[in-house]
Amino acid sequence: MSDDATLVTRAQAGDFAAFEQLVSRYEQRMYTLAMHVLHQHEDAEDVVQTAFLSALEHLGELRQPAAFAAWLTRIAVNTALKVLRKRQGLDAVSLEAVTAEDEEGAIPHPQYIADWRDDPSQTVEQRELQRLLAAAIAALPEKQRVVFVLRDVAGMSVEETAQALGLSPANVKVRLLRARLVLREHLTRLFGDERRRLVPPRHAGDAPRATPAAQRLPRNQEG
Amino acid sequence: MKCEELLRILGDYVDGDLDPALCAEFDRHLEGCNPCQVVVDTVRKTITLYKNTEVYELPPAFRERLHRLLRERWKAPPTPHEA
Repeated sequence: MSDDATLVTRAQAGDFAAFEQLVSRYEQRMYTLAMHVLHQHEDAEDVVQTAFLSALEHLGELRQPAAFAAWLTRIAVNTALKVLRKRQGLDAVSLEAVTAEDEEGAIPHPQYIADWRDDPSQTVEQRELQRLLAAAIAALPEKQRVVFVLRDVAGMSVEETAQALGLSPANVKVRLLRARLVLREHLTRLFGDERRRLVPPRHAGDAPRATPAAQRLPRNQEG
Repeated sequence: MKCEELLRILGDYVDGDLDPALCAEFDRHLEGCNPCQVVVDTVRKTITLYKNTEVYELPPAFRERLHRLLRERWKAPPTPHEA
């Protein structure tokens, strides 16, 4: 199978078959990304279509053929974010404004700790796994979800994610940590082996443990 | 290092962005704290699962439409002229 750089170079020379191979290679990934951000089939399809049309149109401008995947991902992410902002009736700047103030909430504390480090896809049917993962990520607050998708699903760096969302890298890290912990908690409730559940240990100096809902970390300083 | 402190820097740890001294401290805590080990490993697993699972399947009908559209655009001349 040809690598991306070879296919891009051939496509830039006018070979549609090469371009189509790139489309086939990345269409599923772009669709998943768009669905994670938008949760709506028609919008996700529009994003994928727009992204590939844009890639087709601007392919000649891509100076580093090996960077095709990152370039395409950026186009798809920006297109999806545009749809998201339009949906919210907000301009490009106010996604940040709306979400900036609540960065100081508590980091979710692991409450349910049980092992599921063995591959859960061996015990859960693939389709069921997809459904559960979709439901878990859909339940995340949007600002956490989008950061998680850009960073951990799309593989963008902290800096790229920050830039795409108009956030500071520190903001991105806090949201990402929160998203990862909330998802972990959710998935542990699905996959964790209740019989092997572990109780979070107490350490000298820990705040007294009240009800689980009150188990919070100190507020972080980042704002 | 307490569990609470570990939790704060867990993101940098799984991303490999922690400075070596802090990382060593993190590892020392993990050696003696099974719950934190499980948390760290299941956070990693969470990320891997989302990275590697195509949670949403591309609808085949859309795929066909997309390829047809791209082919048409590819063929289309750069400037409009008489059909």
